[in-house]
Amino acid sequence: MAEQTEPILQVRNLVKHFPLTQGIVFKKQVGAVKAVDGISFDLYRGETLGIVGESGCGKSTVAKLLMNLERATAGEVFYKGEDITRLSGRALKAVRRNIQMVFQDPYTSLNPRMTVGDIIGEPFDIHPEVAPKGDRRKKVQDLLDVVGLNPEYINRYPHQFSGGQRQRIGIARGLALNPEIIICDEPVSALDVSVQAQVINLMEKLQDEFNLSYIFIAHDLSIVRHISDRVGVMYLGKMAEIGSDTAIYEHPTHPYTQALLSAVPVPDPEARDHRERIILSGDVPSPANPPSGCRFRTRCWKAQDKCAQEEPLLAIPERFASADTPVAHDSACHFAEEKDVVGATS
Amino acid sequence: MTIIDKTAGVPAPRGSEDAPGVPLLEVRDLHVEFHTRDGVAKAVNGVNYSVNAGETLAVLGESGSGKSVSAQAIMGILDMPPGRIPQGEILFRGEDMLKMSGEERRRIRGRKIAMIFQDALSSLNPVLSVGYQLGEMFRVHQGMSKKDAKAKAIELMERVRIPAARERVGDYPHQFSGGMRQRIMIAMALALEPDLIIADEPTTALDVTVQAQVMDLLAELQREFNMGLILITHDLGVVADVADKIAVMYAGRIVETAPVHEIYKRPAHPYTKGLLQSIPRLDQKGQELFAIQGLPPNLLRIPSGCAFNPRCTAAQDICRTEVPALQQVTEQDGTDLPGRGSACHFWKETLHG
Repeated sequence: MAEQTEPILQVRNLVKHFPLTQGIVFKKQVGAVKAVDGISFDLYRGETLGIVGESGCGKSTVAKLLMNLERATAGEVFYKGEDITRLSGRALKAVRRNIQMVFQDPYTSLNPRMTVGDIIGEPFDIHPEVAPKGDRRKKVQDLLDVVGLNPEYINRYPHQFSGGQRQRIGIARGLALNPEIIICDEPVSALDVSVQAQVINLMEKLQDEFNLSYIFIAHDLSIVRHISDRVGVMYLGKMAEIGSDTAIYEHPTHPYTQALLSAVPVPDPEARDHRERIILSGDVPSPANPPSGCRFRTRCWKAQDKCAQEEPLLAIPERFASADTPVAHDSACHFAEEKDVVGATS
Repeated sequence: MTIIDKTAGVPAPRGSEDAPGVPLLEVRDLHVEFHTRDGVAKAVNGVNYSVNAGETLAVLGESGSGKSVSAQAIMGILDMPPGRIPQGEILFRGEDMLKMSGEERRRIRGRKIAMIFQDALSSLNPVLSVGYQLGEMFRVHQGMSKKDAKAKAIELMERVRIPAARERVGDYPHQFSGGMRQRIMIAMALALEPDLIIADEPTTALDVTVQAQVMDLLAELQREFNMGLILITHDLGVVADVADKIAVMYAGRIVETAPVHEIYKRPAHPYTKGLLQSIPRLDQKGQELFAIQGLPPNLLRIPSGCAFNPRCTAAQDICRTEVPALQQVTEQDGTDLPGRGSACHFWKETLHG
């Protein structure tokens, strides 16, 4: 699906620290929550990049940084060669037209006092060049049709729709300006199982139709595998491992990815007896005070002295560098080892 | 045989009250409805299930299927009004709890049947320390002194493996992480060593790595105490990992029951089949997902006949007029498949293809 041509979005060493302050009148900074701490990846045209990780790993902050809803502390985001973290005003507005977002909770991301027509048409008020005034109603109805809703619903209010329908409205709003990139932050996690599949199918159909690039952020690893061409695994503000979906799911080399995959309950009771499960102890450490060296070492069963001193870099591990299989992909671990935890190859 | 130990606060030895053949808990033809301004919402429409000691029953369903409401009815924590139980029986060790007085039910609640809620942060009182809330079980039910109750609370926290329990007993819920809070909920449910635990989506709000920890802990404690467990969830994956038998609910009815291994291999109801097909698999890169068309029904206007008929691909005329009963499912040659039932007119076609 993905044409490996020029990346549409390049992220380089993106950093976001939220300051922690003390004192009321004389505020002084006593530390920082390192929500995102040096992340780099590329996004190609027409592909889906999945980003997975536990809550608090910084995946939603990445989404906000890409939209420039949060100002990055350091690092660059190049959209077609232009660094958007430094843009403001009119230039930023023009870029945002091409990068849209679909939010997690369809119950709070739609204004209850606006009709569906107003919600989907609002982007046209900000970017009038996309649809001239007289044309807008027609355009909104077309969008409703595209996402599988009845165009006659244009005058209804959000509370008259179910969760799945609301998420379709959110997607229609994201599509309104013909963007090139859509950032989806947990778009289906608030929906029922039978409705999730409908929305996922819709998103895949739209991707083919409009040649969209998705950044798909989720914590459900099965859904991410289904929709993604490439997957990045985040832990405590860093990318632990990134590669094609086959590389990550069938040939994971980072212990965190392996643990994450092995913890996913598989809807197949036959498999529960054969599967090796790695159960991590403890919780994710605080991002205000991350462990030295490798951030995963406090929960890792392979951790050695080297892990506490030296931070592993995200690169193809040396021992796999010459391998001609999916195992040769970027992994930030000193002791990267291939391990099939999903049992896909058996 | 008396069910409730009225004389002493000390629970009777485990298993002494078990009469052979009587399940720990049996729900018979339970109906629950809510009277609202727009009409009567029929949340549960004739549910039957039973749980034995040491057994795990998973009740699987989407939002609005009545899975949580039936659990609340068992627990006796349904808001009445607007809720009402027009008919049905809930038998705990053979005695109907719906006919008991409030006093009698209070003796069972917490002591014999305990519940774990989904959202630990909103289920715990934010202004009381967790030690106080855990100790409350012992103070109220067993009349323990504050000091003894606190010692018990520490013991419980250690049992659910909260590190540094002695130092953390005075901490407040917000000082714990999500997984730790859920452990506290489990500790609270276990406090009086109940015979039955009802867990309503116990891990839905947790991350996968923590979810695995919590489910393992729950399964281990269940084995240790030989408790019955009713696990309410919408996650087919979690069910496959822990359940012994499954009841699938749709629009307030049980549409399929089966032992866990069977249902994933050969579902006998189109709804179950559709659900299983519509979830992406971790170990396979699939093509387009199968999606069940349409939406779950509005409980104020449940479709006539089989409630699933507007979304079912195999629906015929009979499905629109006649409500299918939960029937025994058999092999092609007519031998009974134990524990299996399907509420579909065409279960044969669904099961045998």
